[in-house]
Amino acid sequence: MATGEQPIEPNVLLRLDGVTKVYSLGDGVEVHALRGVSLTVHTGEFVAVMGASGSGKSTLMSLLGCLDRPTSGAYFLEGRDVSRLSRNELADVRNRTMGFVFQSFNLLSRTSAKENVELPLLYAGASTKVRKERAMEALGRVGLADRSNHHPNQLSGGQQQRVAIARALVNQPRILLADEPTGNLDSRTSIEIMALFQELGRSGITVVVVTHEPDIAAYATRVVMMRDGRVVDDHRQVPLAAVVPPATVEDVEGGVLAGGAP
Amino acid sequence: MNPWVTFKVALRALLRNKTRSGLTMLGIVIGVSAVIAMVAIGEGAKVKVAQAFDAMGTNLLIVMSGSTQGGGMRGGAGTMPTLTWGDLASVRTEVSSVKYAAPVCQTGASIQSDEQNWTTMIVGTSLDYFAIRNWAIDKGALFSQADIDSGSKVLVMGTTVAEKLYGAGVDPTGRTIRVRGSPFQIVGLLTSKGQSPMGQDYDDAVVMPVTTFRAKIQGGLAQYIPGVVFVGATSSKTTSRAQRDIEDLLRDRHHLQPGIESDFSIRNLSELAGASQQGTQVMTSLLAAVAAVSLLVGGIGIMNILLVSVTERTREIGVRMAIGAKPRTILAQFLVEALTLAVMGGVVGIGLGIFVAQRLAASFQWPLLIRGDIIVLAVGFSAAIGIGFGLYPAWKASRLDPIDALRYE
Ligand SMILES: Nc1ncnc2c1ncn2[C@@H]1O[C@H](COP(=O)(O)OP(=O)(O)OP(=O)(O)O)[C@@H](O)[C@H]1O
Ligand SMILES: [Mg+2]
Repeated sequence: MATGEQPIEPNVLLRLDGVTKVYSLGDGVEVHALRGVSLTVHTGEFVAVMGASGSGKSTLMSLLGCLDRPTSGAYFLEGRDVSRLSRNELADVRNRTMGFVFQSFNLLSRTSAKENVELPLLYAGASTKVRKERAMEALGRVGLADRSNHHPNQLSGGQQQRVAIARALVNQPRILLADEPTGNLDSRTSIEIMALFQELGRSGITVVVVTHEPDIAAYATRVVMMRDGRVVDDHRQVPLAAVVPPATVEDVEGGVLAGGAP
Repeated sequence: MNPWVTFKVALRALLRNKTRSGLTMLGIVIGVSAVIAMVAIGEGAKVKVAQAFDAMGTNLLIVMSGSTQGGGMRGGAGTMPTLTWGDLASVRTEVSSVKYAAPVCQTGASIQSDEQNWTTMIVGTSLDYFAIRNWAIDKGALFSQADIDSGSKVLVMGTTVAEKLYGAGVDPTGRTIRVRGSPFQIVGLLTSKGQSPMGQDYDDAVVMPVTTFRAKIQGGLAQYIPGVVFVGATSSKTTSRAQRDIEDLLRDRHHLQPGIESDFSIRNLSELAGASQQGTQVMTSLLAAVAAVSLLVGGIGIMNILLVSVTERTREIGVRMAIGAKPRTILAQFLVEALTLAVMGGVVGIGLGIFVAQRLAASFQWPLLIRGDIIVLAVGFSAAIGIGFGLYPAWKASRLDPIDALRYE
């Protein structure tokens, strides 16, 4: 399958076609980070991307997230080829379609949780009223409504990551991209985050998570293995239900996912 | 993103680092206030000089005995008098561009009241003198033409002299003082005129009829004027013509052949005033230039801080781009940050500048002259500096690659 018309297949959210990414380091030195990846992801899937360090997981994520353009190959997002869009057009696609969660949270310091969450709406041009409402709603969804005025340095790592997830969700994206979101969190908090992702998947948001931990990948509906810039394995699985172990006294402070399982 | 939102985002970013924003603004504050204060000082000095020249007399020409090299305001001390009473009458009546002409004879002398004595300037002149110098009587009355004709022993007194002899606020009119041994009646007190451009106190003088002056104070040859002639031209535009006309008339009256140097000289006070004005103008420009340099330094400060800030906030920029900020949005945000710093600095600088100008004007007793155009210019300039020096850092920020920026440590 090559370029041109993308046959509209129901539920296909995105499709990579022979995508490569080559970084030039100057002096003719080139790094082939991706060597031809083809991948189709359906709406509502929860994909875990695994692989050794340097296998190209983060590179794949930045292409999926429209943070960068492939060296060759095509990327169809909701049927539209986005692999050759300008920087400004990509910014719009990111704002409307993507939510990002990073290993190091990347919240703006000295800025309240609420203002951090409002940020994508600001760039989408939403009114102050809509921004306030949606930000509070998103914070409520991750169980942090009562921390809306806290600054990042007044929140635990797990809470910061949940603020980051609220920020990723506030624009009602189609895809949530998370590169090692639990890398800086303990296992209990990691399970909380996974429970949250599973819930998002059920509500129709596609989630792609990069992880090194098989325990984490077990919560996904699909696991993609990478090696040397290629997809070497891709299988669906029955996900493990993320059940947060009973809270100890200290954990209550950390905050259990609001609402829990449906 | 609309401009108001951009402004709010920029303002939030500035408020996150208040100390740094404040210090950056300080450069602009100092620059703008310096420009405003310096220009106000220069303008004040200019008006002060103009006022001093006005106090000497409007459209004033001074005709002196002797050539240009000799003599001075004192009436050609050491030179032979060459101006006659006939010359004076001719200048006054025959030159169309001349409105007033008065003999001015003066000498320093000691005068005595009942309790005090004071050494001051004694001036003998005619009534035209007061018209030329715009010098009015505050209390009492001026002596009359009849007093001049008869050589009455009357005089009008400057405020400094009255103060020295009788104390401040005392009306000396009607009292008698002795000048060179003769009793004189004080008929009037002159209004205060302040200082000459050279710092001489105009009010430290008494003025009497020129006839009395010659009879009682200082004689001399009957035919010649023992002093100078003050001439008032009909307007400021005619002073130069009056100067040439008087020159021609007097050369003719003194039977001077062409090529022979004049035996008198004419000083044009408005030319002197012009030269002096130019001096203060140069000073004003210099002060303004120095102040403008400090404004420029303030601008470089903004650029410096923004460059540091772009580097420091690389990750933040990456996050903003990842969640949908376009390169031009980032450019706008940093530009607006620079502009906000510069304009806020400019506004604070105006306040400070006006305050400093007020204090300086008060301490120098200058009129306070805040020029509106300079304020507009200073703020416009600081805004231009904000944009000019903010452009490079903002452009750098907008060129960042979101992936690199997110990975930045
Ligand atoms: N900006 C870049 N310039 C040059 N080479 C790069 C760049 N980004 C990534 N690479 C290279 O591309 C390859 C894939 O990197 P990538 O970050 O995608 O790996 P990864 O699978 O995410 O690894 P890890 O698990 O350690 O995060 C690596 O060899 C890396 O050195
Ligand atoms: Mg990685």
